[in-house]
Amino acid sequence: MAMAEILVEKKNKNIGYEPILEGIPDWPVYQLSKNRKEFLEEVTQKSIEQIRLLRPSRKQLIDELETTVFREQNRLKRNRWRVDPKDEPKFWTRVKNELIELSNKPVEETGKKEEELLYEIVHRYANEIAGSFKPSSYKFAREAIKFWFGRLLNGARVKKFGAYFRNQYTLRDKIHIVGKVKMLRSLATKGTVVMVPTHFSNLDSILIGWVIHSLGLPAFLYGAGLNLFNIKIFAYFMNSLGAYKVDRRKKNLPYLETLRMYSNLAIQKGAHSLFFPGGTRSRSGLIEKQLKLGLLSTAIEAQRNLYLESGAEEPRRIFVVPVTLNYHFVLEAPELIEDYLQVKGQDRYFAEQDNYGSFQLIKFLFKFFTKGSSISVSIGPGLDVMGNYVDDEGNSLDANGKLLNPREYFMTNGQVTIDKQRENEYTRLLSARIVSEYHRINRVFASHLVAFVAFEMWMRKHPKLDLFGFLRLPEEELEIPYEEFREMFKKVRKEIYHMKDKGKVYHATHLKGELDVVIRRGLDNVGIFHLKRPLLKNKKGNIITQDLNVLYYYHNRLVGYDLEKLIG
Amino acid sequence: MRSSLDKPIGVIGAGNFGSVIANILARNRKVILYARDEKVVRRILDKRENRGHRMHKNILPTDDMAYLASQCDIIFPIVPSEHFRAMMKKLSPYLHPYHILIHGTKGFDIKLPKGETIESVKTLSRQQVKTMSEVICEESVVIRVGCLAGPNLSRELAQRQPGATVVASHFQEVIQTGKRLLRNDRFQVYENNDLVGVEVAGVLKNIIAIASGALSGLGYGENAKGLLISRGAVEMVYLGRVLGGDTKTFLGVAGIGDLVTTCNSPMSRNYTVGYRLAKGEKLKDILEDMEEVAEGVNTIRIAKKCGDYYKIRPLITDTLYKVLFEGMTVQDALDYLMRYPLNVDISFL
Repeated sequence: MAMAEILVEKKNKNIGYEPILEGIPDWPVYQLSKNRKEFLEEVTQKSIEQIRLLRPSRKQLIDELETTVFREQNRLKRNRWRVDPKDEPKFWTRVKNELIELSNKPVEETGKKEEELLYEIVHRYANEIAGSFKPSSYKFAREAIKFWFGRLLNGARVKKFGAYFRNQYTLRDKIHIVGKVKMLRSLATKGTVVMVPTHFSNLDSILIGWVIHSLGLPAFLYGAGLNLFNIKIFAYFMNSLGAYKVDRRKKNLPYLETLRMYSNLAIQKGAHSLFFPGGTRSRSGLIEKQLKLGLLSTAIEAQRNLYLESGAEEPRRIFVVPVTLNYHFVLEAPELIEDYLQVKGQDRYFAEQDNYGSFQLIKFLFKFFTKGSSISVSIGPGLDVMGNYVDDEGNSLDANGKLLNPREYFMTNGQVTIDKQRENEYTRLLSARIVSEYHRINRVFASHLVAFVAFEMWMRKHPKLDLFGFLRLPEEELEIPYEEFREMFKKVRKEIYHMKDKGKVYHATHLKGELDVVIRRGLDNVGIFHLKRPLLKNKKGNIITQDLNVLYYYHNRLVGYDLEKLIG
Repeated sequence: MRSSLDKPIGVIGAGNFGSVIANILARNRKVILYARDEKVVRRILDKRENRGHRMHKNILPTDDMAYLASQCDIIFPIVPSEHFRAMMKKLSPYLHPYHILIHGTKGFDIKLPKGETIESVKTLSRQQVKTMSEVICEESVVIRVGCLAGPNLSRELAQRQPGATVVASHFQEVIQTGKRLLRNDRFQVYENNDLVGVEVAGVLKNIIAIASGALSGLGYGENAKGLLISRGAVEMVYLGRVLGGDTKTFLGVAGIGDLVTTCNSPMSRNYTVGYRLAKGEKLKDILEDMEEVAEGVNTIRIAKKCGDYYKIRPLITDTLYKVLFEGMTVQDALDYLMRYPLNVDISFL
């Protein structure tokens, strides 16, 4: 196969990082799970306080609980997952009955029954959300991943059975980690890191877990979609890697508040955390434009609380680190883009579904690790919770590089104050900063660029069609003469060099070099394992596509840089 | 730490409006008023007078920005838009994230590509046209910003005639602060969270003010003015929306309120420009006679070029552009507008 020679991969220079903390018992995430019971009790109490603030009267609370029960029973009827606890139907039926009884009786007879119910629900949720980090399983999982991936890699590269037992290739050859690694390691010792990666694939969760480990960082606490826990083997790894569970089917107030409080308190206690602020995987293949503010706001609240409680001395600082994951190939691309196109322009939510079983995932992982297609992970510079850059020591800097004290953002009349509306606004600003960092640290691959150029060129040839009309064109009708494509590719690539010099984007090293080679590299890698290839050459050497929708998906990766204007 | 409840309030800019606002604030609190010119500081200290206004005894004038920023948590910058960015660059080193800035400047800040001038540049996008609150955020660490805008003729405010203003900000904290400080028995303060909309409305109304002066100069009466104001308001909505404002804002005190006031105030510079143009004078001569810039002349340039960029056609603005810069006469412009085949009354709701 030609693959191996096309993907000339240099051996990564970074040979691995020493752990920044000696033993697992020092890890914040371990501390948290050791005191699990007390921690969950605290989460429960504080969530309840928060909910009572939002729903102060008895009637409001009962209404809220009724809504919650209604939604939960609805979920049980329509969308049950393997991972859901067995006693759920019974639990919610009981709550429902008690609520009915409650709303028919005056306060004097029922006492504080509604508060008891709230406690039960929130405590149940807290237990559901909480991960349990066990050092022994962590170590085992880590070694297992390393061992099996190593086998797969080596077996695939060298086509001999014996190769499975060589250690010539490791994951590090496959996954390129670039960017502010040193800073990240330093910040993790100075304060609490909240890592916020882009989200394109289900693989992200595992990948990022591995990245964190290989950078010598202690395990991060992270929120993984509950759907991943349906797959038993995933569930095992995630549990042992310190994941907590985010159930996106549950949109009720008590659940959301509990989830937020869990993250908030964990951050305050110094547990490095990770969440995908885009919420779910990017359906369109676009870099996230809008982030979910709920979890993001917990970082800001946690920092404010630390300031509030610290008095005069400097408390623990929280650092937000954006990360982009760059792939040539996203397994789920065809389904994701399908979803996206179906709902675009309509006011519908994606149904949270679970399409993959253990078998499909393992098959994918096998494909992924045995064939070419490298991944790169770019670590962005650290930000404080207001989105200001920080230096290696964790000091916040203003736009001119002058030191500033983030505590002052939370001050009114010379004192740290709690102002929800203000913090909502701060969260919006932080989110915009993260999005702009994503675009800046994004690494352009040859495969992204060929997809972008080809798609835009075809679009331009059909100026009368809107996107949907265009996507309905039969693929056979589309063909770009190679020379024309080559010229355009050259032009756009030049602009990307330009933008890199201005610090607006990065590109993979493989984007440089002889034009035809780079184009071939792009064509050979874009959506490499899809049944229908999004882009390839025909016999005449011209550019064609077998799947316009998927091409659109890969093209989207480079939307948002105003590159469209180059294509005339 | 001393609570800012008794900290003085800062005002930057001792122009007409700045002096009036300082006086209003001084009714409730100590005020530090910054003036660039040392002579103005002296005069206020010695005579308690500035620009024809008696200055309240609670006002301490200074020409030291660092001092003002160190003493005040809350600052009202009120300087002409063409000096605003320079003023912010000077003030910025002394600002902290705890500062709250509420500006009272109506105008845009323009960033031009190298080698271009406001005359030569073909189109302008929102990347190049900034509101004052955006300038504050770009130039300093301050995030809690707001603005005040509305039908606020300095002369009437100084006489304590009844009036109102809008304090706009994304932050409730800023709005409430502004309200608490400015409000009195003759001055009503309204809230709005559409900061950009309020800022843009305050700028765009200057275009219509020039047109209003022109109608007057041609000798037309109230029917014509009613027509102009209502159609002008529609145009402001369209322009305002592409610049990032919300339709509702243009129907409020900072929109219609300010528009009606400005179109009826023959004393204003914008109105005068229109009036004299209609009398057949050349723009160059009119501007030469004026001490300060008529903001509307620049606004017409900017709004027209923004319209071109965003592909909308603001009819009154475009026609005024032709009058000001392409030699069309006011009478021809009016004839053109009256013949224009567009007669849907309201199309933006």
